[in-house]
Amino acid sequence: MPERKGNYTIQLSNRPMILSSAAVVGKKEGEGPLGKVFDRVFEDTTLNEKTWEKAESDMQKEAVTCALNKAALSPSQVQHIFAGDLLNQCTASTFGLRELNIPLYGQFGACSTMAQTLSMAAIFVDSGAADICCAVTSSHFCTAERQFRFPLEYGGQRPPTSQWTATAAGAAVVGMGGSGVRIAEVLGGRQVDLGVTDANNMGAAMAPEDVKLTPYPETKVWSFFTQLYN
Amino acid sequence: MDAKEYKRMQKTGAPKSPVLKNCIWAFCVGGAICTLGEVVVQLGENGGLSENMARLLCSVSLIFLSVLLTGLQVYDNIAKHAGAGTLVPITGFANAIASPAIEFKSEGLVLGMAAKMFSIAGPVLVYGISASVIYGLILYIISLF
Repeated sequence: MPERKGNYTIQLSNRPMILSSAAVVGKKEGEGPLGKVFDRVFEDTTLNEKTWEKAESDMQKEAVTCALNKAALSPSQVQHIFAGDLLNQCTASTFGLRELNIPLYGQFGACSTMAQTLSMAAIFVDSGAADICCAVTSSHFCTAERQFRFPLEYGGQRPPTSQWTATAAGAAVVGMGGSGVRIAEVLGGRQVDLGVTDANNMGAAMAPEDVKLTPYPETKVWSFFTQLYN
Repeated sequence: MDAKEYKRMQKTGAPKSPVLKNCIWAFCVGGAICTLGEVVVQLGENGGLSENMARLLCSVSLIFLSVLLTGLQVYDNIAKHAGAGTLVPITGFANAIASPAIEFKSEGLVLGMAAKMFSIAGPVLVYGISASVIYGLILYIISLF
């Protein structure tokens, strides 16, 4: 059962397992240093769709399907799916995952969506509310640019501090048993606003949030979760 | 750490924009666009157009060219380097209207393309037109005396 330790730490006594995971990415991400570890690299980031949003939806579905295949599970064996993206009304998640016919909990945590969905999935599995849950997230450079900044064809100059939103989707299947990475504790970070208002300097806005973690003093196992955060 | 200290950290830590390089690019590209405009004006006048018509021809040609390049996905690649050089001339305004029109076409022709077309250029129109009305009024009041 999940149990609170200290103020913010949630200890998961059954230690749910990440049964499988998958990551699918776009061309640019595939060319990066992690290129070889991705499950799929889409050379064409439109994924043969008419809109970027549809492409992102497809990526998310691909990530979930790939992760479920690795764990030899069918969508009907998954009780809940926690998914989010960066778009209005979590468009990519709702449209991408509707055919899987799994109850969907839309999450919005911007950069922390993967950590947030994993936390939710782990707590659900640990509490016994579900046997198997999925945690999913995605982003697409071309959908994020127009959501938060300018249209792609707009002739603007990007300052050196501007970031590239990854064209990628990731999914993890959380359940009990097996061997692999276990989730022992969940610790949420608190909001830190140090007054950064520049949309082209997201790194500076988010950096302090990543370190405002207050672990339970007796916590020995930091789990992979803190690594995710850092 | 407080916000002030963090701001100081940002200032020292963040990579700076290459101002000199940007200025040279802007000067050259902006200058080239204006020279092109002048060439169009001269050609128009040599072809028998009045000065006003020749200037109109220049604006229309530059707008057409920048919208065409925006549609061909070339404009933003030039503007990436040219910065203010492509932004300040009439070409920047044309691009600011054409680019959302292309981008939001996926949301439909009425509520997408037509409605969002002015999402970047809209404020320029609102304040530009408002300012010209106010100046016009001031000029009119002055002319009464």
